[in-house]
Amino acid sequence: MHRKIIIVIPAYNEEGNIGPLIHRIREKLHDVDILVIDDGSADHTSRAAEKAGAIVVRLPFNMGYGAALQTGFKFALRYRYQYVVQMDADGQHDTGSIRTLLDEIKKEDVDVVIGSRFMDNRTTYKSPLVRRVGMGIFGKIASVITGRPVTDPTSGFQALNRDAMRFYASPYYPVDYPDADVIIMLHRAGLRIREVAVTMHARKEGTSMHSGLKPVYYVFKMFMSMFVTLLREDKFVKRIVAKEEITHADTTKNIRS
Amino acid sequence: MPIQQRIFAVSISILLFIVIIDLVRRRRLREEFSWLWLLTGAGVILLAVWYDLLNFVTRVIGAVLPTTTLFLFGGIFFMVINLYYATKISSLHNHVKDLAQNIAILQSEVKRQSDK
Repeated sequence: MHRKIIIVIPAYNEEGNIGPLIHRIREKLHDVDILVIDDGSADHTSRAAEKAGAIVVRLPFNMGYGAALQTGFKFALRYRYQYVVQMDADGQHDTGSIRTLLDEIKKEDVDVVIGSRFMDNRTTYKSPLVRRVGMGIFGKIASVITGRPVTDPTSGFQALNRDAMRFYASPYYPVDYPDADVIIMLHRAGLRIREVAVTMHARKEGTSMHSGLKPVYYVFKMFMSMFVTLLREDKFVKRIVAKEEITHADTTKNIRS
Repeated sequence: MPIQQRIFAVSISILLFIVIIDLVRRRRLREEFSWLWLLTGAGVILLAVWYDLLNFVTRVIGAVLPTTTLFLFGGIFFMVINLYYATKISSLHNHVKDLAQNIAILQSEVKRQSDK
């Protein structure tokens, strides 16, 4: 620490995956910091990440994927990183594609670069049918609303600039299952989105966050979130203009005083 | 409405008033949360004492018995108070999240400083 780019990896019980992932990133990129947000894991995720050379922020209890991710954006804003790449800890996101995302975000004509597994058919596995149907529906909705094709609306493999970081760190970022609805929110907030083709693999070990009955809630939440997002367009536009209002730096200042 | 029912309703409401005020006095309940309960107690007393009003409301909502009206309003009250608490919980949830995130970031900063 302290470089211009930070890779944010939310991790929950990923002791087995996190170390090798950090090493794979380090093999390919030397000019980045790696931040692991340990989302209250019961195993030794933090220790494994620290041992592998990452910066570790350990949440006091399990808060979910979105809240862990948002912690990373707040961290990146606080330490003035210029670009963030968010990726999953389970090994699905190919480390070789990080550079692709970074090259695109550095062009400065876009605020969020989303890694799509469906452009160019680079993906090495097939998602379960239910998930594919869900992705198809949400992708269509996002495409219609944003007016541009969205091929992978559920991708958590993204690169952001500081404007996008501010938006993601704001109270308006949906921390429970941030997904296709975020694309619509970004679009409504006037942020520029672009998809680039990336490679994704099947997860290596551990449990997916989309296990059990969670997909049912996920579908409900996604429809609800997209619907209300369409109802509150103006607020987002105003808030993204008033940058300081949404950085959460105010919360930190309050703690200090 | 039989006199026993009226006495019972008024007694319960007065008891509710006393308990609410005492909870606020002992700082076990914030004023912010007490108003809805006090309003309900006042509503029950009003309807129990002013029987004509209860009859009028019963006719307006199309109920057959005045007791149905009381139960209906009781149900509505519970819905409203649950919704109110749900909004409060959502807001508290966000506060706890922000605090936990900031604490975690600051803790990591302290740890890095002490490791140097």
